[in-house]
Amino acid sequence: MKSFSEIETTSKRASKAAGFSWGVAEEVGKGIKILELFGLAGVKNLNQYLNSKEGNQYENLNLVNENNQTNKYPYCPIIFGISFLDQVKNIEKFKKIHLNKVAYPFLVLPFLSRSSEEIGKKILYKFDEYSFLLNFNLSLSSKKFSDECPINANNIEISFVENKDNFKDQDWKSLYKLSEKTFVDETDSLKIGAAGAGLTDND
Amino acid sequence: MQIQLRDPNVIMKLSKLGSFHQSKLSFLRSFLDEFKDWEYSNDLFNLDKNGFGTAIYSFKKKNRVYSLICFANKINNHERSDRVIATKWDAAFTLHDGVPSKQDIERLKNEVPKQEVGRLSYKELTLSRANKSLRIFDHVVESLSNGKQPDLELLSKVGYLYRTTAVYGSGKFGLADRFRIKNREEINGPFRLEMMLVYLVRQFTFDQVNHVAKSKNPKSAVKLNPEICKSLGIGNSTGLGMAPFIVNHPTLLNNWILCREKALKKIREIKYAEKTEISLFKKSLKNSVKNITSWNTESEYQKKKINSLLKNIKKTLIFLETKFDFGTKFPFNEIYLWLEEQTCDECIEYVVSIMMEPFDNIVKPLIKEMSSDEEKYFNIPTHRTVEDLKNIIENRYPNILKIDFNKKENINNFWFISKNKEEPRYSDRFKETGSELEQPLAIARDIKKLYEQLSILKKSLKIDEFLAKYPSLRHVVRRAFIIDKFPYAEIQDNTIAKDVAPVDMLRLKLSFFGALKFDPRSDKWLRICMFQGAPLPNELKNYDQQWVYNF
Repeated sequence: MKSFSEIETTSKRASKAAGFSWGVAEEVGKGIKILELFGLAGVKNLNQYLNSKEGNQYENLNLVNENNQTNKYPYCPIIFGISFLDQVKNIEKFKKIHLNKVAYPFLVLPFLSRSSEEIGKKILYKFDEYSFLLNFNLSLSSKKFSDECPINANNIEISFVENKDNFKDQDWKSLYKLSEKTFVDETDSLKIGAAGAGLTDND
Repeated sequence: MQIQLRDPNVIMKLSKLGSFHQSKLSFLRSFLDEFKDWEYSNDLFNLDKNGFGTAIYSFKKKNRVYSLICFANKINNHERSDRVIATKWDAAFTLHDGVPSKQDIERLKNEVPKQEVGRLSYKELTLSRANKSLRIFDHVVESLSNGKQPDLELLSKVGYLYRTTAVYGSGKFGLADRFRIKNREEINGPFRLEMMLVYLVRQFTFDQVNHVAKSKNPKSAVKLNPEICKSLGIGNSTGLGMAPFIVNHPTLLNNWILCREKALKKIREIKYAEKTEISLFKKSLKNSVKNITSWNTESEYQKKKINSLLKNIKKTLIFLETKFDFGTKFPFNEIYLWLEEQTCDECIEYVVSIMMEPFDNIVKPLIKEMSSDEEKYFNIPTHRTVEDLKNIIENRYPNILKIDFNKKENINNFWFISKNKEEPRYSDRFKETGSELEQPLAIARDIKKLYEQLSILKKSLKIDEFLAKYPSLRHVVRRAFIIDKFPYAEIQDNTIAKDVAPVDMLRLKLSFFGALKFDPRSDKWLRICMFQGAPLPNELKNYDQQWVYNF
């Protein structure tokens, strides 16, 4: 088994060799490590993407807008991912971001994951039949897990999920009521003697 | 009295860093302190009459066990090389997490001797190999087998039976990643498991030499005297591989130096020293002179430094004995100021290390601050502006900004990774090929390039916009924001200049390991000795804390 440190270093070096700058390659190394830690096919996707760069062209999305349309070539997942991470505090206001075409869309995931931690909000990433919920760079959940990542994704939607409970109030009340069974009913003498504060605060 | 931390622009110069010495903060000393109450045992010793075979040593406490597995193999003399390009060694070692099963030992027997081309697993924590010092090992075997102890003068010239030539950890070649073990309390200090490996290897070398001598002449052989064992350490040959580490781990480097600086500051702030503290300081300083006079090297560069150190230490001892009144207020501050005025960098840093000896209350809490959670500082604060970044560079890199990188001598060298061994190397960009594959280690040059670019842009421009336009500078943008928070994170020198001595970078790192007797063999590699004078494993429960000056 390869260690995560080996995965990070090799991904970084390979990305530099494929033409990215050292600073960008460092981001890729970190990203592939995150994907592999989440149990996703980071190495496989990066390898395919970097090898595809020679015969294919990809569009660099340096400035992320609400709607991002590329006419000819799909967006490069690395440059888009890094731009998203760098600009996340500015683009959060859009609530939803659309792109029409992104290559190797799995490779965007680690950047969205880190963005989620950066802004303290969950991020929902949807394309084709896939959907991923990124949780503060601690975990991700998905409706569909597969090693086979599409080479190109169409109609990508990224949403910033507002911080709210993902359970019903009724469930919370019921659970809370159960938790109250660990409390002691206070008698009058406990009310007087068991707390640390004085009986009058007007002295 | 409030003493300021020393200026990073002075301390982080390579000439200063290359004058650092071991101290109580050093990793091998803090390792011994942490593991002193662990149960040590030799669990397997299955060597043939020539000393070839397998041995296992362990440290245990409660449910935790660390096992060193040693594989000693026969190699021909012409195959023995300390260089990283070697493929065979006298012995190879791995530190296994737990008690190894038979299957583990069989698996490791095939992989560990292969070192870089072998594969380890998440159950192994560190990996190393070592070669015998032939002249010493054979002499010791010969003497012991004839019932005599070896020639002490010869031993003192070398100081060890074996030299390690690399110690690997943190995920290399399939070893366990740091994150798997970082929350263990006993390894809450850098390189602790690497230190454990080296320490246990030292014991293996004594056991092996005794075993071979006994096999050679079972009737009259004697064991190596434990006091002689203590006076021997483990040698180490270190090349350039270590140098990029301190550039690639800026927050870690900061924490090492910052702890040293904090210790010095607190010691200088002591108003009156206790008699026992003064006496321990003076005793350690006096005893340490033996370490200087027995420091052997062929290097003219190092010889000059040793001579200057010895001269200045003698001068310091005379000053302390005849002129200095320890009853004076803030005595260690007075001594420090005198050192700065009257002595050289080697001597200042040597005495700074020894000043720490009496002050466990200051030093021990700092040891826990010497690690770093580097991931926390990886993200670039892209909401900040070009003006912010420019100010950071002006504050943190004033000397670097004065360097003219249009001059050939200031960009003479380049760092690269060799294809055959995947190891860092350093070469002349105007004489050798390969500079187009330069590693991002020319920090001074790239910081200056970043600064020049920032200088022609609108001050209010946000960093996210800057990065979109200038992705080639991303690595130094990240770095400058890290350095802003960690003042001792950056070497304040040009590491690609013609006159740079990479050996200073090695010396810095090795001083934090706790190495003694730096012996540069060129400007790119050196030999050192570790654990010389250290207690043996069976003495750890109660040992002399100042062993490093008293052997």
